[in-house]
Amino acid sequence: MNAEIKMKQATRFAGQKENVLSRRAHVKAEDFSVFYGNFEAVKQVRCEFAEGLVTSMIGPSGCGKSTLLRAINRMNDLIPSCRAGGTMTFDGEDIYRKDIDVVSLRMRVGMVFQKPNVFPKSIYDNIAYGPRLQGISNRNQLDGIVESSLKQAAIWDEVKDRLNTNALGMSGGQQQRLCLARALAVKPEILLMDEPTSALDPKATAKIEDLIGQLRGQYTIIIVTHNMQQAARVSDLTAFMYEGTLVEFGETRQIFTRPQQKQTEDYITGRFG
Amino acid sequence: MRLETRKLLDRAFSGTGVIAIGVMALALVVILAPIIGKGTGAFVFRSTIEHRKVMFDQWGRGTPERVEADKAPAAAARQPVYDMLAAFAAELDEMPRADRRPYKTPVRDLEKALEELFGPAPGQRTPVLIRQQYGATRWDRTKIKLGELLFTEQWDYSNPDALGVLVKTPRSEQFKETSLEPLFDYVDENIEAIMRPRLTFYWQFLFDTSKDSHIFGGIGPEVLGTLYLTLGAMIFAIPMGVIAAIYLCEYAREGRVVSFLRICISTLAGVPSIVFGLFGLAFFLNTIHISDSKSVLAGSLTLSLLILPTVIRASEEAILAVPKAYKEAALSLGAGRWHTVLTVILPAALPGILTGVVISMGRAAGETAPIIFTAAVSVGRPLLPMQTLSQPTPALPWNIYNLCTEHEAVDEIRHVQYGMVFTLVALVLLLNVFAIVMRARISKKLRG
Repeated sequence: MNAEIKMKQATRFAGQKENVLSRRAHVKAEDFSVFYGNFEAVKQVRCEFAEGLVTSMIGPSGCGKSTLLRAINRMNDLIPSCRAGGTMTFDGEDIYRKDIDVVSLRMRVGMVFQKPNVFPKSIYDNIAYGPRLQGISNRNQLDGIVESSLKQAAIWDEVKDRLNTNALGMSGGQQQRLCLARALAVKPEILLMDEPTSALDPKATAKIEDLIGQLRGQYTIIIVTHNMQQAARVSDLTAFMYEGTLVEFGETRQIFTRPQQKQTEDYITGRFG
Repeated sequence: MRLETRKLLDRAFSGTGVIAIGVMALALVVILAPIIGKGTGAFVFRSTIEHRKVMFDQWGRGTPERVEADKAPAAAARQPVYDMLAAFAAELDEMPRADRRPYKTPVRDLEKALEELFGPAPGQRTPVLIRQQYGATRWDRTKIKLGELLFTEQWDYSNPDALGVLVKTPRSEQFKETSLEPLFDYVDENIEAIMRPRLTFYWQFLFDTSKDSHIFGGIGPEVLGTLYLTLGAMIFAIPMGVIAAIYLCEYAREGRVVSFLRICISTLAGVPSIVFGLFGLAFFLNTIHISDSKSVLAGSLTLSLLILPTVIRASEEAILAVPKAYKEAALSLGAGRWHTVLTVILPAALPGILTGVVISMGRAAGETAPIIFTAAVSVGRPLLPMQTLSQPTPALPWNIYNLCTEHEAVDEIRHVQYGMVFTLVALVLLLNVFAIVMRARISKKLRG
């Protein structure tokens, strides 16, 4: 199965003809900076995340890629000393405007975290958490959402008989796919993934990567990863960040085969980082 | 460091730990053994006919026929005693005045000792105090009273260099060669027939009100009062404490104000309980006049202030121990702050919060000082829930202290004192067990 997935990914990678850069920008950062106190973690980044494509962000630890990712659904608000500069637009709207409703923004921007963070509730309640927040309480409607989300995350067959058992009883890989299903249940437009496979074994990783491939086109996906093979396998576009600045941004194939910048080449070939 | 030294240090360390735990366990046994041993004596004991009389007269327990059937043989066994007394009175009348005089005090003492053992003699006017209307109700008390009847006690201070020595002399010597001399042997030999001891399970001790300030009856109002006070304190302290903890952990911006608040809470936790009691009196009763007199309400509020720091601290720790990932997950799904707290953080923190609540519950139930000025009285009736707003109540911790120190017949009611301590300990233990079970169930549900 693993090999099959790899082959599929590889063919897609090789067979891309479409000019991915011509797609409409879904999220756009303009001179966007993030500060922790006086430390500038993200330095005046300018980039566009195209609608319906998979963009991966790579770079050494502490380069600001996670911070940039978490800026898109304003998860950085949790850190008291954190503030943002410049503009970050989502569908043309500045998400750091004063009167923006963070809650409705987050409903449109789903997120999957590094470690599977399922709630200590039943599988059903985990998936239904988001829809319930939106006021859906009709049991049939919820059942439908739970089933379709779990099917989208390719975990339905494994859990359909034990929807009412505690989600913490599942394996790590299953939990991560449940998190993905939970994020999908809110029907977001964008999916942010913060190193979603770093806590998983290769088999579970392959499943998640397969899922990303299937979700491509329906969602704008931005994924932070330390695994360069993964970035090459799953993404259309790749951003390389180093010490808070966006060093290079372009088609994945181009970044991995003909990087324009020396730093990018060094990183990709493993000379540092 | 050499291996030998390291091993020795390790062993010394673990040894000290084991010793500490052992000492603690021993202390617990030393405390609990008499509490349990003597405390159960308030519930299970050998009762005399007098106890059954009290139960029938004061609480209407038992049928008149059965009580009469119980009383009759005892009265018959006592009759010879009274006959002997009457015979001696006649004997005295025939004596010359000078011979009569030395018997005056001994006879009065004897009659008094008999009254304490048997209750008032037949035909005598019924005394006003309930305690004087009955004899010894418990077999253990009977044996003590019997001793007092058979022997007179005198302190011998003849040796000025030593402490006084208690000298017991048989009372029968005072009545040598009179018609009263056989009385003592008769009572001694027939005491079982006279008092009719029988093993009794007096479970109503927990629910009965007391008669004649705890000489008879149970500790119902005290138990109820303690429950009211504990429950009241919880009603005020849990919501306030948990909400305060949520505010401190989730809403407040870390800064000087919050640090200052935390210092205040820690300080509050260390304030002596009597100070809380005085505060309760000064503020709730004298300043805002929450009730006209001491009341359960004022006591509950005072107790809730006393345990508030514990509840806040425990809740805070429980909330901080909830993985941040849960919070992030909820927020990323579009939950508001309030919603995140309610649906994710509080459920996950519940076991920890519960632990704090249990600890403070035990404390609230057992605290004496805060309720002395605000809620507790020595004797009272059981209150209805509505009356708690305006009326004081007896409560176990205060009454334990009161009965052991200020009661006019401290020695007569040892069993009540031990019974109260036993009940209080059992009550707190029961609350703890209940909470531990609940905690375990919630934890299990969370763990899956």
